[in-house]
Amino acid sequence: MNRHMIPLIVFAALLLLFWVGLGLNPKIIPSPLIGKEAPKFELPELHDPQKIVNNEMLKGRVTLFNVFASWCVSCRAEHHHLLKLQRQGFHLVGLNYKDEKQDALMYLRQLGGDPYAMIAFDYKGNVGIEWGVYGTPETFVLDKKGIVRYKHTGPLYREVIENELIPLIRELEQES
Amino acid sequence: MSSRVLAVMGMVSVGFIGFMTFTSNPFDRLMMVPLDGNDLNPMLQDPGMIFHPPLLYMGYVGFAVAFAFAMAALIGGRLDASWARWSRPWTTVAWVFLTLGIALGSWWAYAELGWGGWWFWDPVENASFMPWLLATALIHSLAVTEKRGAFRSWTVMLAILTFALTIVGAFLVRSGVITSVHAFATDPTRGIYILVFLAVVIGASLILYAWRAPKVGMGGGFSSWSRETVLLANNVLLVVACSAVFIGTMYPLIIDALGMGKMSVGPPYFNAVFVPLMIPLLIMMIIGPLVSWKNATFKGSFERLYPVLAVGLLAAVVWPLTMGEWGLIPAVMIFIATGIVGAFIVDLLPRIKAPDLSGRIAKMKKLNTSWLGMHVAHVGMAITIIGMAMAASYQTEKDVRVAPGDVVELAGYSFTFEGVQQVRGANYSSLYGTVEVREDGKLLTTLHPEKRTYDKHMSMPMTQASIDRSVFRDLYVSLGDSVGTTGAWIIRVYYKPFMTWLWTGVIIMSVGGILAISDRRYRVKIKRRLTGRKEENQVVVD
Repeated sequence: MNRHMIPLIVFAALLLLFWVGLGLNPKIIPSPLIGKEAPKFELPELHDPQKIVNNEMLKGRVTLFNVFASWCVSCRAEHHHLLKLQRQGFHLVGLNYKDEKQDALMYLRQLGGDPYAMIAFDYKGNVGIEWGVYGTPETFVLDKKGIVRYKHTGPLYREVIENELIPLIRELEQES
Repeated sequence: MSSRVLAVMGMVSVGFIGFMTFTSNPFDRLMMVPLDGNDLNPMLQDPGMIFHPPLLYMGYVGFAVAFAFAMAALIGGRLDASWARWSRPWTTVAWVFLTLGIALGSWWAYAELGWGGWWFWDPVENASFMPWLLATALIHSLAVTEKRGAFRSWTVMLAILTFALTIVGAFLVRSGVITSVHAFATDPTRGIYILVFLAVVIGASLILYAWRAPKVGMGGGFSSWSRETVLLANNVLLVVACSAVFIGTMYPLIIDALGMGKMSVGPPYFNAVFVPLMIPLLIMMIIGPLVSWKNATFKGSFERLYPVLAVGLLAAVVWPLTMGEWGLIPAVMIFIATGIVGAFIVDLLPRIKAPDLSGRIAKMKKLNTSWLGMHVAHVGMAITIIGMAMAASYQTEKDVRVAPGDVVELAGYSFTFEGVQQVRGANYSSLYGTVEVREDGKLLTTLHPEKRTYDKHMSMPMTQASIDRSVFRDLYVSLGDSVGTTGAWIIRVYYKPFMTWLWTGVIIMSVGGILAISDRRYRVKIKRRLTGRKEENQVVVD
């Protein structure tokens, strides 16, 4: 083969790499928690500090674990999706991350209700760190054994819910 | 030939104008009208950032000219000394802009990011550094093509690759395929546009190359020890270094594209690979200018260098000792830098030999500026590497928690932390620290490291380091986080020797480049065209 063709071939390979690269998102970092048991925690419930929420309570059924805060604008964007998921009968547990209690309660009132079966109140944000939260909102899907199976960073939107979240939950519900 | 050059440049500019109008229209309306505008990203609110992008851009764009010349030569099938001659000044001027642009970016990172570093091997830094490495190779191989007619197809290849890397750089920065602290305007549709543009422009030029290059002759021959050999080695090393940087920059993308996970490549890789490649290259900078073209002898090349090498060795032994501790890396770098300066002197002396001072000055005025430019640029490099080596080897730093009134001792200086105040700036509020620096009890200067929060970007607090610069050292203080409620802070204090040399060297390098392009021979033809009626219609470059 002509040696003057070599640069062209290398270049073509590079273009292919760039093309594939465009389809990837370097900002998506897979959670190291996937496939592992949810981190242990124990926090007061937001509405009633006498009650506690802990990781044991996430077991037994498929759970959507959603990290939110009143100061987080994109959480507002996904809130109506969460309400809809709750109406469809899914089990949602909230983690109110680095928030003031009054602000969080006001936030839920303003946005049309509380979609969560219970809300862990993570005032200091330590539990959020355990879960590897680096930007709210984040949504984890846990199977019946309390093992993290899926993580979505950023607000949920229709395509993700319909194409990824719901099929996964249905599938996990079939597991024993 | 000039019409072909202009045609190629026209095509390139159509591509870029299309890029602007279709994917990044500057007149686009914002969805929500911000009352007082959106403000520039606070990271970029620094005077250095006003000059850095245009300079860098001038550099990038400049290589389009070198590329257009190469294309024109390929299309016309005339890969002779004349195209090399005419594209040389353009390449050099682009190189000067790119050099200054990169240095200014580095200067900004040093002052603004508060980490005390000036180069981070960030993908976007690499995106500008890779074309720089190839352009440096191109400048040298163009010299061979012009002077000796050799390296013809190689020089064309380098011109294509240099330009290709500037487009690849735009792709990396704009498309978001790689994460970087610098990716300010990423958007996948822009990525697709640039990728297609890259494919068309560089694909076409490589096809043209594959078609034409086999017909190009070899040009002047040379023996195994000659200026050509040294420049060939220079080219090989620069291209290998560029490839190493390229692989390091692309590796995360390759791994990700193959579905093998996520990873990042950091300074340990780059330093380990890059520095060993640079040392032989720098050593050749001592010898290169003294080796004659075509056929040289070792004896002839080195004879004049013996005193230089002796001085270099002495400097390498003594100089690091004055810094407190002898180290191999700074010693090697000092040896090389002294050698480069010495080579300039021994090359200069015979050229200005005259019985009296006025004769010497007269000869000095007549020096070939192209030759002078080369040496000046080399001396600039020498000064820069001293700055790099000294700062890297002898910097000391302390990361301490201080309460108001506390004193930090570092490298013979004492830094008294006076506390932090809240100060209001034009469009930001600032936590304004005050640190008094004393040497032997005498007040030297007062530094004010800041942490600024810009009104429009509350979530991005900016660190503004405060630096006291002088010829032999920088004192650098940056503010970390506040601790507790007693007014205590974490501060970082650095003592960085010879940092000023690093920047000064870069400026001298660019001066060298400008000297090289101001050479008389580039102006001759234009003059002839202006005076000679007959040639008035003749194309300048042909």
